[in-house]
Amino acid sequence: MMHFLLLFSRQGKLRLQKWFLPLPERDRKKIVKDMTTMMLARKPRTCNFLHWKDLKIVYKRYASLYFCCALENQDNELLALEILHRYVELLDKYFGNVCELDIIFNFEKAYFILDEFLMGGEIQETSKLSIAKSIEASDMLQETE
Amino acid sequence: MTPSVRLQEMIRVIRSARTQGEERGIIQRECADIRAQFRQGDNGERSHSLAKLLYVHMLGYPAHFGQMECVRLIASPRYSEKRIGYLGAMMLLDEKQDASLLITNSIKNDLSHSSQYVQSLALCTLACMGSAEMCRDLAPEIERLLRASNSYIKKKATLCAVHIIKKVPELAELFTPSARTLLSEKNHGVLHGAVVLITELCKRNPDTLDQFRKAVPELVQIMKGLVTSSYSPEHNVAGISDPFLQVRILRLLRILGHNNDTASDAMNDLLAQVATNTDSSKTAGSAVLYETVLTIMDINSESGLRVLAVNILGRFLLNNDRNIRYISMTSLQKIVQTDHNAVQRHRGTIVDCLKDQDTSVKRRALELSLALVSAVNIRSMMKELLIFLSFCPPELRSQTASGIFNAAERYSPSKRWHIDTILHVLTTAGGDVRDETVPNLIQLITTASELHCYTVHKLYRALVKDIAQQSLVQVACWCIGEYGDLLLKGECEEIEPMQVTEDDVLDALETVLQSHMSSPATRGFALTATMKLSTRITDNVDRIRSIVSIYGSCIDLELQQRAVEYNALFKKYDHMRAAVLERMPVMDKNLPGHTNGDTPGEIKEPDTSKPKPVEAGLLSEPASQVCDLLDLLGGTDTPLQPSPAPTSTPTTTSSADLLDLLGGLEPTPELTIPPAPFDLFVLKDKHCCVYVHVVPTVSVYEKNGLSLKIQCDKQTETEVTVSLIASNSTQNDITNFTLQAAVPKSVQLQMKAPSGNVIPAHGLGQVTQTVLLNNPNKASLPCFRFMRIRVSYSNQGAMHQDTVLIDSFPSTACQPSISPL
Repeated sequence: MMHFLLLFSRQGKLRLQKWFLPLPERDRKKIVKDMTTMMLARKPRTCNFLHWKDLKIVYKRYASLYFCCALENQDNELLALEILHRYVELLDKYFGNVCELDIIFNFEKAYFILDEFLMGGEIQETSKLSIAKSIEASDMLQETE
Repeated sequence: MTPSVRLQEMIRVIRSARTQGEERGIIQRECADIRAQFRQGDNGERSHSLAKLLYVHMLGYPAHFGQMECVRLIASPRYSEKRIGYLGAMMLLDEKQDASLLITNSIKNDLSHSSQYVQSLALCTLACMGSAEMCRDLAPEIERLLRASNSYIKKKATLCAVHIIKKVPELAELFTPSARTLLSEKNHGVLHGAVVLITELCKRNPDTLDQFRKAVPELVQIMKGLVTSSYSPEHNVAGISDPFLQVRILRLLRILGHNNDTASDAMNDLLAQVATNTDSSKTAGSAVLYETVLTIMDINSESGLRVLAVNILGRFLLNNDRNIRYISMTSLQKIVQTDHNAVQRHRGTIVDCLKDQDTSVKRRALELSLALVSAVNIRSMMKELLIFLSFCPPELRSQTASGIFNAAERYSPSKRWHIDTILHVLTTAGGDVRDETVPNLIQLITTASELHCYTVHKLYRALVKDIAQQSLVQVACWCIGEYGDLLLKGECEEIEPMQVTEDDVLDALETVLQSHMSSPATRGFALTATMKLSTRITDNVDRIRSIVSIYGSCIDLELQQRAVEYNALFKKYDHMRAAVLERMPVMDKNLPGHTNGDTPGEIKEPDTSKPKPVEAGLLSEPASQVCDLLDLLGGTDTPLQPSPAPTSTPTTTSSADLLDLLGGLEPTPELTIPPAPFDLFVLKDKHCCVYVHVVPTVSVYEKNGLSLKIQCDKQTETEVTVSLIASNSTQNDITNFTLQAAVPKSVQLQMKAPSGNVIPAHGLGQVTQTVLLNNPNKASLPCFRFMRIRVSYSNQGAMHQDTVLIDSFPSTACQPSISPL
């Protein structure tokens, strides 16, 4: 199960945070700070996996954004890379050539898409098509009511 | 939804702020706006305001005043408001907030809403932040949805059930029946959720695990379907059909097959098929293969399959992708104990990974290499490890050094190789080794008696080259001191001969002594080594004398003390010097070290007739050695036998100091805690007393031949332990000797039993009594040390009584004092 998923920019500004475990606000802030420091300190062609406390951290950089998630011990790190990639693809499909600004100005949509893809730290839908359709339908519902 | 212009406008304005202060101002204004909005009630703008608030929250500003608004919006009939309300709930509320309970009812209603998208919002929120209570309330609803709804809702309900089980494990039984039926679904989303649910159920309850073992054939079928299916664009990732589902199924199979032969048998074929057919050129394929390997290693698979798995890992090791190399080493680490031989085959590749650029990969390679060291490959592995040590990043140094030491200890083919290896490590990474390395190495050297000549030559050369590595220098000094004669002889079969003169050796030691790089401990080693050489060389004894006397006024207390003692050894006790500085016997490893205790204990002057019981803060074991030494000396000129006291435990304490003069180990003061080193200095007088100069005694009463001395054994902020020593220089014995003491009210007094109440005449014996003063309130010191003593005794039939006031105790500081009583 994923414990959290964070997106932040190269300057360390948080763009999205999804927590799958209940944690007090102060702890969350600390974790965000720790992750940002750790990730921004990594050199370019190093391994995408880290150890932090008892969690495995998997991160990937897409253009100016760092996507970072924390896994438990039995989770598959390589698959986590695929999960991050799948999320980026979903965003890309929705926004059309997504860039950081899209996520900044439409953060609530980024959350809605994430909520169609992951739930409770696990994948809920493995088909890109299916997710895209659900988002479209929800948006339609929102507009027409 | 009309694009929230105001939201985006606000974001733009915030981003255009040039300073932190400006941003704060903007945010404050906006928050005030938002608050006003919330107060106005329903006017269609609420969702925009909440969205703005959520943005502000993400920037790190407080947003708790939005919590109630979330609750209100969730209850709204409009989908747009519900959507943002639920998002707000997930971001601002967590199970610890009270407001979260208020949304339970809304969620319950929404779970039965006609629109599946509303249902999905409710399910998502429950799975994200549902507390145990909420879960208990809503579990029946979720179970209903698991059974009878469309696949869109089913898949979400399944994951919601997983969350519920995590929060309230007792509810697991509620979901078990439905979970089984879900496996027959076709929809991948539902299937995936079902597998996750079953995994969670099996983890919690071994009975459920047994139950679900029957599902193994079904799972195998599903997997086979995925692996052999034709291209399906919906689920395809880089040529693999739905890798997410495949990995999850493999994980469940792992749990089901663990420790169970039937289940494992059922999977063998499938695993072999997946392992051979999966294309691992992209991450997706590698992820599936990785999971397969983990599964194979964890169940009771047949050996052919295991070999296949290890080979896959070996292939991963050669992959260009660093991630995959890292993964394979992590997995190999897990199986290196059980499948040692299989992993050994890939040793070469693993050792190559030591040279990788990435620190994480290096770390994994190091751990794995250390685990792979065996008696067979020790020489080649050690070569690689030593090369690695020279280039490795600093954070891995100490781990490497200790790993090398452990390996060397277990598998060294010869003593010489072992010594060489340790020396190599000390030369390259002396600063990162553990403290006990120095005594361990010294102990090792003493046991390899045939190599003394070789060792001392090597160490001498290393010393001449570089004196920066303290551990190395310490060992070198010790060896030169001990085996200096072998060094000077010049010949040694295993090393090219080098002519070393006495002056060279003394030069080297003096350089160490004078260098600012040498730590105090190292200088102690060097000084003692110089001293020891005085019996091993012939010409330059005067030079040694001068070196030693210079340090008699050194600022460092330890060095000063040593120098003064060695000086005394030259001046007054020259006849004993040879015996004292004799060669050390072979030390046994790991004998229980006697510690000094942690008080500045001292041995009071026992006499040969009545060794006094040693009281507070004294050595227990070495006390007997002291007596041994006394016996040996017993008034004649017998050469002192260095008592073969076992000294070196890795964390040597100043028990080794006991044998200091006997050429013993000299641990670094940083290791040991006792405040005062314990140097035994044997001398003869008519009492054959042993003096340990730690604490001076102060005479407080002298009258009629009775003298009373006080000595401070231990002193802390709240406690003082003193010993009162009475002796008698009259012609007759003093009998019925008693002491009484009085102290100020704030101090607690405890008097221990005296050693006796008869003081023999002519100063032949003493009576000692220990007094404990406790000052729990930490009263000011002068008051603390105030004590009145009443002395009463009989002498020649007459009763005497007297009082004496003691207003200061002697210090516990260490001072050399060699004068007899």
